[in-house]
Amino acid sequence: MELRKDYFADVRKDGLNEIGQPRPRLDSPGHVTGQTAYFADRNFPGLLHLKMVRSPHHHARIRSIDTSEAEKHPGVVRVLTAKDVPHNVYTILILIQIGPEDETVLADGKVRWKGEAVVAVLAETERAAQEAAARVKVDYEVLPAVFDMDEALKPGAPIVNEYHGRNYYLYDSGECRKVRFGDVETGFGEADHILEQSYQSSPIEHAPTETTGCVVAPEGNDRFTCYTNTQAMFFTLDNTSIILQMPGSKLHFVGGTVGGGFGGKVDVIVEPIAILAAKLTGRPVSFIYSREEEMQISSPRAAEKVVIKDGVMKDGRIVARKVTGYTDAGAYSRHSPYGAQKGAAHYPGPYTIPNVWIDTYCVYTNRTPSSAMRGFGVTIGDFALEVQMDKLARLIGMDPLEFRFINAYRDGDMKAHRQPTEGAALIECMQEAARAANWPVAEKYMTMSSYRKGA
Amino acid sequence: MAIRRGRGVAAINYPTGMNLGGDPTQALVHSTPTGNFMVTLSSVDLGQGMKQIMAQICAETIGVPTDRVIIDTADTDTGPHCMGTFASRGTHRAGNAVIQAAKEARQVMLEVAAEELEVDASDLETDGHGNIVVKGAPQKSISIFDVALSAHFKRGRSISGRGMFLIPRSYPDKETGAMKPSTCYAHACTLVEVEVDDETGEVTVLTVKNVFEIGRALNPKMVEQQLVGGSWMGISHALYETTEPYYPSRDHGGTDFNQYLMPGPGDLAETEIIVLERPSADGPFGAKGPGEMCANPQIPAVANAVFDAVGVRVDTLPITPERILRALKAKAAG
Repeated sequence: MELRKDYFADVRKDGLNEIGQPRPRLDSPGHVTGQTAYFADRNFPGLLHLKMVRSPHHHARIRSIDTSEAEKHPGVVRVLTAKDVPHNVYTILILIQIGPEDETVLADGKVRWKGEAVVAVLAETERAAQEAAARVKVDYEVLPAVFDMDEALKPGAPIVNEYHGRNYYLYDSGECRKVRFGDVETGFGEADHILEQSYQSSPIEHAPTETTGCVVAPEGNDRFTCYTNTQAMFFTLDNTSIILQMPGSKLHFVGGTVGGGFGGKVDVIVEPIAILAAKLTGRPVSFIYSREEEMQISSPRAAEKVVIKDGVMKDGRIVARKVTGYTDAGAYSRHSPYGAQKGAAHYPGPYTIPNVWIDTYCVYTNRTPSSAMRGFGVTIGDFALEVQMDKLARLIGMDPLEFRFINAYRDGDMKAHRQPTEGAALIECMQEAARAANWPVAEKYMTMSSYRKGA
Repeated sequence: MAIRRGRGVAAINYPTGMNLGGDPTQALVHSTPTGNFMVTLSSVDLGQGMKQIMAQICAETIGVPTDRVIIDTADTDTGPHCMGTFASRGTHRAGNAVIQAAKEARQVMLEVAAEELEVDASDLETDGHGNIVVKGAPQKSISIFDVALSAHFKRGRSISGRGMFLIPRSYPDKETGAMKPSTCYAHACTLVEVEVDDETGEVTVLTVKNVFEIGRALNPKMVEQQLVGGSWMGISHALYETTEPYYPSRDHGGTDFNQYLMPGPGDLAETEIIVLERPSADGPFGAKGPGEMCANPQIPAVANAVFDAVGVRVDTLPITPERILRALKAKAAG
C-alpha cells in the first residue's frame, strides 16, 4: 500500500503521535494463537442445544404439527412451537417505526420460504436435538410460490406475505422510494443519445469464518446473559425485549470479538428463541448455525435488478438519468426496505446530472429473506452504474475515464437527493489511477480539482 | 479460440453511516489509579480492529501512548448505547464519541496537573509519552501516573469524560426524495486487467489497481488489511459467488465451501492499493468509513474488462464462464 500524501496536503494536519501511525494491533497475538475468546467458547454445565425444524416448502399452509414423537426422543428436554413465543410476529426495524410486523419467530399456520423455522427442539446433545427434529411431523398444504420479482409485481400473483397484503413494501411515498430532480423527460428530449439497459445480480453469502449463534445462561434471578456475535448489541436486546415481552432490564448481552460479520449478523434471529428456551427450561442454551444454515438460512445479500436509462450528449455530458431499482427482500422485510431506500439516495452515482428520476422498490418473493450485507443498497447499484458508464463512453466514442471526468461531481454540486457535495475526491482518485496504470488521459483532466472556488 | 486480454475501469463513492432512525453512539472514558485510560463502549469489533482504532483515537486525544488505553466494549450492562457496527459507521460514529469523552477527561487531567504544578491548566500540554509538561518549560512536568494518583487519593477528582455522537434522523421527502441519509463520502477508482479464455469462458484477473480516498488513514496497516481484503471480496463477488446460481430458481444453492465458490489464494490477482486522504469535516481526525466501499469498484471494473477482452457484455452477476460462453455463442449467432 502506498499513501499519496501530496493530494490534499493543504487541508490535512499530519505529524500526530498516535493517529496515522501503523501501530500493531493489540488483539492480533490472541487471534493468531487461538487465545481470543469468541461467544462459542462459553460452556456451562447442563448446556442444552437448540435445533430447528425447517420448512421443506417455499410456500405452504400448516395443517397440523405433531411433536409427540420428538418429545419422547431420548435426551429431548423441550419442544417449542409458535404458541410458546410471547410476541411471535415481529419485524426488527419496528424499533424505528418501520412496520408492519411481518415475520414469525416460529411459523404459525403458514410458511413463506424453504428453510423457515417451524419448531425448536432442545436436547442434551446436538445429536439428540437433530434426531428429534427429524421426528417432528408437520402436515403441509403446498401453495403456489413466486420467485421472480417481475412475476411477483404482476396483478394476480400469489401474495407472499399477508401482513403486507401486496408483494412490495409500501413507503409513505407509495409503492417505491422516489427521488425527483430537474425534469428527466426534457433531458431525454435534448439528448444526442439514449441508452436503456438492465442489470441483475444474484444473492450472495457473507461467508463469515464464525457462523451466527449465541449461548444463553440464566443468571438465577430471572435475568439472562446472552453471549452473542451480533453486530449490534442494543438493537438485538431491544428487539428481544419486544419478542419475549420481557423488560430490557432482565436482559444482559455480551459480545466481544466477532469472527466476521459483513452485515450477516444484524438480523435478530437466534437470540430471542434461545433466551426463551433458557427461560422455559431454566437451563443454559446454545443455538449456533451450521455452515449449511449460514449459507441457505441466514439472510443473504439481496438479488437486485437495476434498469438505467440515460440521455447523453456527444460532448460527454449526461443530461438525464432515470433509474428503477428492485430489491428482492425474500419473504420478509428485515432490513430490505431500508436497503432499497439507501439505493434511492445513492443514485445517480458520483456524477453531477441535472435531471434525475429514481424509483426503488422492495419486493417480496418466496425465498430466504435477504438483509444487510457490506455495501447494502449501493454495491449492485455501483455495478450497474459503472458498467452503464462504460457503455455510454463507448457509445459516444470517448475514453471511459475522460467520460467520467466530464461528469464527476465536485464540491458544491447539488446531488439529486438535494444535499450539496462536500469533500469530493472522485477526480483525484481517477487522476491517481490513470497515473498508476499509465492510462493516457488528456492534460485538462489531469489538472482538474474537486475543489471549487467559494464552495 | 484464444486467450484475450482486456482492461476495465470503475469509479465510485460511498456514504458513511445509516441515518434512517437517527445514528447515535456513546462512549465513556475514565482513568484508573495506574494512569491508564479505560474506554467503555457497546460497539462490536467484527475482527476489523475496532478496538485498536478506538484506543489510538483516545490516546491521541488525551495525549498518551496507545498502549495506555484499554477498550471495554460489547457489554450492555457496562457499555453506553451504540447502534451497532454496520453501514461503515463504526470508526466514524464511535470515534467521534470517544474524542468527545477523551477531551473531557483530558481537561480534568490537565486541571489536576495544574494544581500539582501550581500553574494554569491552559499552560500545560502532553508530550505523548505519558507526561504533562509546561509549555515552553519542559523541565517542569508531571507524569500522568502521578496525576491519576493525585486525582484519586488527594484531589478527589474523577478523570473521566462522556462522549455522544448523534446524527439526527432524516425523513425523506415523499415527493422529491430530499434526504440526508449519511454523512461524509469515501471514494475509489479501480483499474483491472483480465485474461479471458474464449473457449472455456474462464476469467483470470491479472492485476487490480485500487485508488481509495478514505478521509484519513488512522492506522495505515489496518487500512491496508481492510482495503486488500475488500478488493479480494470484490473480485469474488464479480466472478464467483452466489447462493442461487440460477436465480430466480432456488435450486443448486451451495451449502458449504466445496459448493459455494470463492477464489482461492491462486486465483487472487496482483493487488495494488493507493490511498488518498481528504479529511472529512465531521470525521474523527478526518476519517471516513471505507469498510464497505472498498469491495465495490472491482465488480464493474471486472465486468468492463471482460467486455474489453472478448466483446460481450455480461450484465448479470456473477460473471461465470457459462454466462460468458452463452454471450459469445449468442454474439456468434448474430
